[in-house]
Amino acid sequence: MTAALRFDPIRLPEKCEQLRKEVRAFLAEEIAAGTFDPYAPNREDNDAPEFSRRVGAKGWLGMTWPKKYGGQERSFLERYVVTEEMRVANAPTRRFFVADRQSGPVLLKYAPEHIKMDILPRICRGEVCFAIGMSEPNSGSDLFAAKTRATKTDGGYLINGTKIWTSSAHIADYMIAIFRTSPPTKENRRHGLTQFLVKMKQPGIQVNPIGQITGQFEFNEVVFTDYFVPDDHVLGEVDGAWKQATSELAYERSGPERFLETYYVLTELVRAVGKNPDTRSAEGIGRLVAQVHTMRRMSVSVAGMLQAGKEPVVEASIVKDIGTVWEQQLPHRVRDLAAFVEETATNRETLEKQLDFAIKTAPKLTIQGGTTEVLRGIIARGLGLR
Amino acid sequence: MAESENIVAETAEKIFADLADAQTINHDKQGAWKAPLWQALTEAGLPLSWVPDDLGGSGASLAEGFSVLNVAGRHAIAVPLAETMLAGWLLTQARIASPEGEMTVVPASPKDRVTVNEDGSLSGRARGVPFAKDAKHFAVLASGSGGISIALVDAAKCRIESGIGLGGDHNDTVTLDKVQPVTTKSAPKGFDQTTLMLMGGVVRSLQIAGSLESMLDISVRYSNERVAFEKKISKFQAVQHNLARLAGESAAALAAATSAADTIANAKSFDNDAVFLEAAAAKIRCSEAAEKGSGIAHQVHGAIGFTNEHILHRYSLRALAWRDDFGSESYWAVELGKLVANRGADELWPLVASR
Repeated sequence: MTAALRFDPIRLPEKCEQLRKEVRAFLAEEIAAGTFDPYAPNREDNDAPEFSRRVGAKGWLGMTWPKKYGGQERSFLERYVVTEEMRVANAPTRRFFVADRQSGPVLLKYAPEHIKMDILPRICRGEVCFAIGMSEPNSGSDLFAAKTRATKTDGGYLINGTKIWTSSAHIADYMIAIFRTSPPTKENRRHGLTQFLVKMKQPGIQVNPIGQITGQFEFNEVVFTDYFVPDDHVLGEVDGAWKQATSELAYERSGPERFLETYYVLTELVRAVGKNPDTRSAEGIGRLVAQVHTMRRMSVSVAGMLQAGKEPVVEASIVKDIGTVWEQQLPHRVRDLAAFVEETATNRETLEKQLDFAIKTAPKLTIQGGTTEVLRGIIARGLGLR
Repeated sequence: MAESENIVAETAEKIFADLADAQTINHDKQGAWKAPLWQALTEAGLPLSWVPDDLGGSGASLAEGFSVLNVAGRHAIAVPLAETMLAGWLLTQARIASPEGEMTVVPASPKDRVTVNEDGSLSGRARGVPFAKDAKHFAVLASGSGGISIALVDAAKCRIESGIGLGGDHNDTVTLDKVQPVTTKSAPKGFDQTTLMLMGGVVRSLQIAGSLESMLDISVRYSNERVAFEKKISKFQAVQHNLARLAGESAAALAAATSAADTIANAKSFDNDAVFLEAAAAKIRCSEAAEKGSGIAHQVHGAIGFTNEHILHRYSLRALAWRDDFGSESYWAVELGKLVANRGADELWPLVASR
């Protein structure tokens, strides 16, 4: 066989189900207390610092990390449960999600000890928010075209240039960014970029909000002008960021957030249709549920294989490819079916509002964190086509 | 199931590799390959994998049998292995011993019914029964005033209207007109036609997943050989992206089918929502993957894949044909949708997350 894809039928262990109950109970309390509205994913104020701290206090941030950095040394499957329950409840995870999923693991691997001791416990307590500085005005999917310079100076680097589409930069305490420290070489156009830890909210950094078609201001333009970064904030090898960027992406690609982003419209459709659906509604719902079930089984399978020390890189890319395409289509399929919902359905207005927001959200889902085109290139490479 | 988990699947793989080479079968218009293949499968005890020793079978586990079916799908084999396994499994539910030779199950669609008459004979009409023409016996599920029964029936006593299905295999209409069965026993409590359809659906899902794995494999290989516009077509981004999508469909089918098989292999009964979700979702998702995946495989192959000479159709048409057996994806989608609606909106996520 050219391409032996594997999706072991992994089940979450029993201890995950206990944890799931705890997470659901916690979220129910938060909803009852008015922290967030689970029916309104489009809330303007989705930055909830106090909620972050309470999630941290539960031990659900950095939960797979070593205890000496504030972690719980729990499994990736347990983290999976926390993530999916938060996502399905539309909990306000923006403030901690990036740090927990992505930035923390990068620091664990590449930051000097004193920085790890300083920052990781604060991530675990839900106190700090991270952003990721990758895209630039003329470099998006083509990461290695980045031009923002880091020029060596006494004791560190001076940063000049602009990052763009940076989610949460306006609330972030830190950014992990790649900057150009050397020009690319003839042999390797990926050479010359270095990963840095950047402290936000300092002079020399200007954050300009960018309005999105959803009406939100999640992403930003971030302008650096002679911004100083000390030497110990270099993460990993100078000029060698390209070696670091790819290995951990499997975790990032295949999580529940890659197919559940618009899930709420399916729940509301089922509510609107009621207990006795007509044939068309029943068939439509059945097909959508078959999809979400299959996506989740694939995603859990990848999480389980990662936990077992395997490297399902192609499988993880496939999960993100078909998962994001699906969550993008979902609001449109729900809209097809909602056309026949009775006018008297009690949640009609909620469903319509949700659809409006989900349809506006949909275009970004196959762009953020690696476009469909880039993912299919990775899959094609895995199949032996490139 | 890339890594053979068990010796039973490895045995099957070896037999198919030796005796069911797609190219050879495709060129053999007389069907000379069929008898040696069936004999080898029988000698290895595979058709009666799911029948315990004391009922005449080889007593493999459900999980082992399921992995044989995934392998059988990868080879798109045209003998009633899956059907005989399923028939043996059905007979075993009522502790009826399985005879030698090819079998299939009646009915093979959720719409058809066989009834038990007052005198114990069976009547009914079942359409789309796979390999009925090749079978010596039928395992029949029938209902009557005494409840649901499972029966072993001599195929020669039934009227068979021969038909050929989309995949090129026998797909026949079986009519029972007061047929006296060889043996009849009551089905176990809770076992009904839905149970049989769910199990049959998972069998077909595994076969579809297997055939998609092969379609991906031969499409990737072909794209690395075929030159157009002075380069291998695998170097064109449009072709690469199509193959990446085929990999996605193949992956989804494999994940859904193996998850459902794993669920049934570990379930105490079929009578719960989790089994229903897994089995119905597998049939729905695998059928959708069959359509999308076979479409891409043909697109990559161009005209050559549309010829009788080429092996692609052995996989693509069977995958498409298998969608119809034991309830189509449309049927299961309606049933699953009803179940979900009946449980209510707030019970959907708990059901999905329970898997």
